[in-house]
Amino acid sequence: MIPPDNLLTLSPQRMAEEPYYQATGGEVELFEAAYRNHLPMLLKGPTGCGKTRFVEYMAWRLKRPLVTVACHDDLTASDLVGRYLIIGGQTVWMDGPLVAAVRSGAICYLDEIVEARKDTMVVIHPLADDRRILTIEKRGEVVHAPDEFMLVVSYNPGYQSVLKEMKQSTRQRFVACEFGYPDPAIEAGIVMRESGIKPEVAANLVKFAAMTRNLKGNGLEEGASTRLLVHAGQLIASGLTPADACRSAIAEALTDDADTLAAILELSSSLF
Amino acid sequence: MSDFGTILKELERFLEVEFSMRDVSGIAKDIAALPPKDQDFILNWTQRLSAAHVQIATLFATLAPEVARRMDQRLIEAWVMQSLDAHDRNGLQAAVKVLREVDRFIEQDHEHAAGIVLEDVRGIILTFACGLSGRRLFLDTSDEAWTDGETLHLPAIIARMENAADNFVLCKALVAMLWAQGRFGTMRVLFEGMLKDHPDPMRALAFFNRLETLRLEACISRELPGLFRDMLRIKDDVLPETWQAYAVRLSHPDATSMDSLSLLPDALQSDIPDPPCYQCKLDTDAIMKRIAEENAKLRVKLSEIARSIPGPNESPKKFEVAHDRASGEMELMLDDMPIAPPEDVRQLLSSVMLDFGEIPPEYLVAAGPGEYDPTLDRAVQKDPEQVWQGTYHEEGATLYPEWDMGRGSYRKNWCVMRERDVPAIHDGFIEMTLAKHSQLVRQIRRTFEGMRDEDRLLKRQPQGEHIDLDALIEALSDVNAGSEMSELLYARLYRAERNIAVAFLVDMSGSTKGWVNDAEREALVLMSEALEALGDRYAIYGFSGMTRKKCELFRIKRFDEPYGDEVKARISGIRPQDYTRMGFAIRHMNALLKEMDAKTRILITITDGRPEDYNDNYRGGYGIADTRQALTEARRSGIHPFGITIDKEGRDYLPHLYGPAHYVVIDEARLLPLKVAEIYRRLTV
Repeated sequence: MIPPDNLLTLSPQRMAEEPYYQATGGEVELFEAAYRNHLPMLLKGPTGCGKTRFVEYMAWRLKRPLVTVACHDDLTASDLVGRYLIIGGQTVWMDGPLVAAVRSGAICYLDEIVEARKDTMVVIHPLADDRRILTIEKRGEVVHAPDEFMLVVSYNPGYQSVLKEMKQSTRQRFVACEFGYPDPAIEAGIVMRESGIKPEVAANLVKFAAMTRNLKGNGLEEGASTRLLVHAGQLIASGLTPADACRSAIAEALTDDADTLAAILELSSSLF
Repeated sequence: MSDFGTILKELERFLEVEFSMRDVSGIAKDIAALPPKDQDFILNWTQRLSAAHVQIATLFATLAPEVARRMDQRLIEAWVMQSLDAHDRNGLQAAVKVLREVDRFIEQDHEHAAGIVLEDVRGIILTFACGLSGRRLFLDTSDEAWTDGETLHLPAIIARMENAADNFVLCKALVAMLWAQGRFGTMRVLFEGMLKDHPDPMRALAFFNRLETLRLEACISRELPGLFRDMLRIKDDVLPETWQAYAVRLSHPDATSMDSLSLLPDALQSDIPDPPCYQCKLDTDAIMKRIAEENAKLRVKLSEIARSIPGPNESPKKFEVAHDRASGEMELMLDDMPIAPPEDVRQLLSSVMLDFGEIPPEYLVAAGPGEYDPTLDRAVQKDPEQVWQGTYHEEGATLYPEWDMGRGSYRKNWCVMRERDVPAIHDGFIEMTLAKHSQLVRQIRRTFEGMRDEDRLLKRQPQGEHIDLDALIEALSDVNAGSEMSELLYARLYRAERNIAVAFLVDMSGSTKGWVNDAEREALVLMSEALEALGDRYAIYGFSGMTRKKCELFRIKRFDEPYGDEVKARISGIRPQDYTRMGFAIRHMNALLKEMDAKTRILITITDGRPEDYNDNYRGGYGIADTRQALTEARRSGIHPFGITIDKEGRDYLPHLYGPAHYVVIDEARLLPLKVAEIYRRLTV
């Protein structure tokens, strides 16, 4: 069926349930202030430290729908903006996720923005400064973002590759917020809450994570994230031994290098 | 099974009895009494050792029959290798000493003990220690386990327990105890000199160490309960009653090294109980030395930072450190302005933090002029020219191992490698070459520009960002004609990203003099033109050497250098040097390539013959085996090696070195420039 105006768009839905998120600093207040002032946000931090969960939580809190785009190295501007489809011999415009978010006043979260192709910046820049517009070249249309729309991007500054650095012209448009691993006590609380394991096991998992984070740059590109700890906790809660859970959920996920893997397993067996 | 006569004859041959006139019949008799597998093993190693030194081989053959009863073969090999290493590094006496100390390797009388060879587990142990301590430590061998806080010293062979698994537990326990010495404040007592006023400081230190072992055991049982369970299993000490009471007191979670100190006078009244197998030595002098060095290094680094920040020079700059205990983050403040400390400063600060629990204010005074002692800095680079003017120095050079096919193992730190710049010579060679091959250059540029970022519009796709109008028109007319409409109506831009880093390694040995050298230089010019057109990242290095002590890599173009006048002049400045020792060059290029962030990494060697060197056994099979081993290492780390050789005999050994289809033999030097670009094109399409 051909839609009116030959235009297809998604209508993003609001989140029904409150996602669990444990604030570690003033990030909630910062996000709300940025939202009120129509400023886009840049979330920095290592993988699995809770950036995505934070955005979900804020979308729920601000009662806005959330559109998440996981960026990858083949993601082009038209993947974000939209494209023409042919339906029944006619062209129909299909809005991309970014346009859909702008039209519906949603929060659009571009995860790992540096992974996307450089041409995506052309559409992001005018949307991220005070113009707040999005140009759909192929349709000759300019979409003005409503007040409720917010752009959030994330990136991991830990990559060593120079190709994955963010350009100044891009980053200087955003209000930045740094995410680190939470404090041990908070992190243990998160792991307990998400997996249902006992406090002492959670504390040991967090201790183990700290050891792997010590290895960053000395055999590992990145230490174990909170997400991996939750995975390990869930496996333990389902009856795996802590050693097996650490091996499958954490050690093997972190590295393929035999020596580093062996050392990480020795660290976990020293703890449990 | 060999009989006495055969063994005797073999031994006489290996140990060169015709010159030494030594009677080896006693040794032969001992060996003949062993099972055949041990006989072969010992004779085999005696032969190999005789290549290093007859005296080492003789001593080995004398000791081996007894040792073979007590150690398994893997351990014997480690023992012998240790001795060979000592020979490589410090000469005959050192090697003999290691062989004679065989009893140290086996602390108890086990039959065929299965121990842990530190070298085998080096990677695991270092990573394990780094995970515990949060910083990179060094590892070295020593009779006893001890540390200065920066280097872990462990026995080369750990064979005190009966089986390999327990010996590994012992090894881990030693590392954990060394870590605990720093982490739980044992070291602080030493460098704060609290034992030095004691009437018998050595005895006090021994007792203090024994008490601290009790306390650290308790710390480990809390921090690393899994490891402690294993430690209990291998624990072998028995405590008298008074000491059991000490243990109870010291195992309290709040106990510190001060408690051990306060127990010391009382403990000194009794006898010291035997230590557990994992007790480590405390070396006050080494710790003091390291701490003083770190203090100096930190202050020098701080003065560098202070100088690099503009401001009024007269007022002394004040450093402070804000330490967030919860997160362990440290922030360096200069005159109340936060600055991001460089990684080395951060490491130093965290080390000082570990030693003192805070950063003492005197550590944060930037060093004044003249306080800089560059020898403190491990990473300091010497001017290679100056180093060569003295005797052959190893200082400031990079050491690379070399594969010894006779031993079937690496000779550690064997090649002394230095990077040097090729002198730039502006003699118009580049222009001449470009003019001489002008037609070829044009063709190369065209071909390679065509390969550059081959973005293609893929038509008739099921999905895509554009509509393929041709396909749509066809499809609509198909529909009008009554047939089904095609779904392939879109066009999609396919972006092929070339993400290639290539390193060229050029033979600069004396044999390239003349035609070959010219051809190499011309080839590099043409290749550079091609790569500039293509946009691949590339580096060019030349190599040459004379004996293992003078291995030189000549920088012609680094990866991050543009292809400008300087690089061009260096290409024209390539001149033949000495010999073709190759393994070190490949190993260094591997290291450089590994640093590159590229999807595909290629190492192309251009040589004029088989690897060889002056006056040592690099010629022939040895050199080829080493080069082959270096290439295998490259392949293992994801680098694609490819060999180009101007040597008609190359077909004999190249397949063995590079593997089939990974080499090209060029029959005449003058053809090299014409072919090299084409070879590269085929390699990377």
